[in-house]
Amino acid sequence: MNTRKFFLALPRHFFLTILVILAIGPLFVLVFNSLKSRTNLGEDPVGFPDRLIFGNYSSAVEQSDFLNSMTNSLILAGLTVGPVLILGGLAAYSLSRIQPRGTGAVMAYMLGVSTLPLWLYIVPLFYYWKTLGLINSFLGLVILYTAFNSPFAIFLLRSFLLKVPREVEEAAVIDGASRIQIITRVILPLTWTGFLTVGLLVAVAVWGEFQVALIFISDPEKFPVTTAFFAFQQQFGNDWTLTSAIAVLTILPVLALFLSFQRKFTEGLTQGSIKA
Amino acid sequence: MQKRKKKFYAKRGAWLFILPILTLHVATILVPATVGLYFSLTDWSGFGSASFIGLENYRALLTDAEFLQSLRNNLKWLAFFAIVPFSIALTTAFLLSQVKRGGYAYRIAYFVPYVLPSVVIGSLWKFILNPDSGITAILSNFGVPGLDKALLGQPSTALLTIAFVDNWHYWGFLATILLVALQSVSPDLYEAARIDGANLRQQFKYVTIPGIRPTLVFMLMMTCIWSFLVFEYVWVMSQGGPAGSTEVMATYLYKAAFREFSAGLAAAAGLTMTLSAAMVIGAFLVLRKRGWEI
Repeated sequence: MNTRKFFLALPRHFFLTILVILAIGPLFVLVFNSLKSRTNLGEDPVGFPDRLIFGNYSSAVEQSDFLNSMTNSLILAGLTVGPVLILGGLAAYSLSRIQPRGTGAVMAYMLGVSTLPLWLYIVPLFYYWKTLGLINSFLGLVILYTAFNSPFAIFLLRSFLLKVPREVEEAAVIDGASRIQIITRVILPLTWTGFLTVGLLVAVAVWGEFQVALIFISDPEKFPVTTAFFAFQQQFGNDWTLTSAIAVLTILPVLALFLSFQRKFTEGLTQGSIKA
Repeated sequence: MQKRKKKFYAKRGAWLFILPILTLHVATILVPATVGLYFSLTDWSGFGSASFIGLENYRALLTDAEFLQSLRNNLKWLAFFAIVPFSIALTTAFLLSQVKRGGYAYRIAYFVPYVLPSVVIGSLWKFILNPDSGITAILSNFGVPGLDKALLGQPSTALLTIAFVDNWHYWGFLATILLVALQSVSPDLYEAARIDGANLRQQFKYVTIPGIRPTLVFMLMMTCIWSFLVFEYVWVMSQGGPAGSTEVMATYLYKAAFREFSAGLAAAAGLTMTLSAAMVIGAFLVLRKRGWEI
């Protein structure tokens, strides 16, 4: 019976495995290619390198000033995660624990306006930002990223905050805790995983963001990794060993975070899209 | 005690917590969106003064062969995305829901492409699909038909190729969402269907599909909406070429706004894209009203 079950399950696992190869095979190819010499790559664009050439990484980083771009992206991600968690968290706290009159209207606004596509307002936004001197500025980009990410952050954080039972908060009030104390000593310890999830998702979203950075940053000194990679690829695209090295460096932080916090990513992203 | 509790729940301060992020959001998104409506009725170039020209921009768009071509490409994109990712994701989710052990490893592998930056995915596939040096060249040497040509280089296949790549990063995410929905269908229903003699296909049709219909319909609607807004994969892989064969509304808008400095025209294109997306929602609402179970 068990052997029969095993053979019945084989076609299923065969199909699912083919899809695994399709999904992550190209990434292995990318890593292999980043470690090949150009001749090796020309002869074999798929397989394991003949000899590992780590020098591709250093020459690619030198030629593209990629460390500078990685620093830029790190700054942008950090500066966005902070305001999203603090401002979004405060709003989510109020919208879930206090629920003033108008809560429904704010939620409806966030839901409605967050579905407006970037393309509807990109043109006025660009000239508006230009007037304010926010083109080629990290501050300008951080404000945009905070605005884009806040509706989803508020929805997700609110769903975490709603799970904290009212009694816990009331007990703290009776013990004489202030609002700030309650937030930092009672609410945060109970909901920090929610904040961690949102922080991770926002950081990864900012790191990989391309179209807004493409429009608002034209100074190569200020390129984040995505537009820096794009520029590099257009310039050195025929040297795929170097381009692969840069590509690996671009996806490595994202991949590392994803593999360390898989559940937070899959749950946060799937919930976020259904709820927001 | 009661007084203190009451004071705590007084709602006066509540708006102080909401206002900072709400103000930021209104100032960066709602205000430009509203201003955009006016922009689209002017001949503004992005510099200097603008004069009101009514619906002229919209007339120009709808008589511009390039724009109509891009609109058609968005519709082709929609047709592709309404069918291909859903077929793969639904099959995968159904098979995964029957895997007892190791299912999680599959799920993680399928989800990986979704978190990677689009610009890297686009370039990676551009390399894979390179007819001289890429993997397609090898496959073609092994006799796989149709891969000896530059898939991105000829108008007949370029759009489909980019859609394939975008779907490569999208379907695993969709499969995860559908799997979560599938797992919330009560096992009792399958049990009952089996007792009634339903085979796998019948179970899929009469238990699975009705059970996940709300999620399925919601994701179908969102996918259709996104089909009108696609930009990044097209921009990274072809920038609208060859010969406009992969031009979509977003790339048209980008070129109009930031290369040709027709800010008014671009704003009108943006509103057209938004209306196209809104029509998707409208269509779903009408069908629901007509009694379709969606």
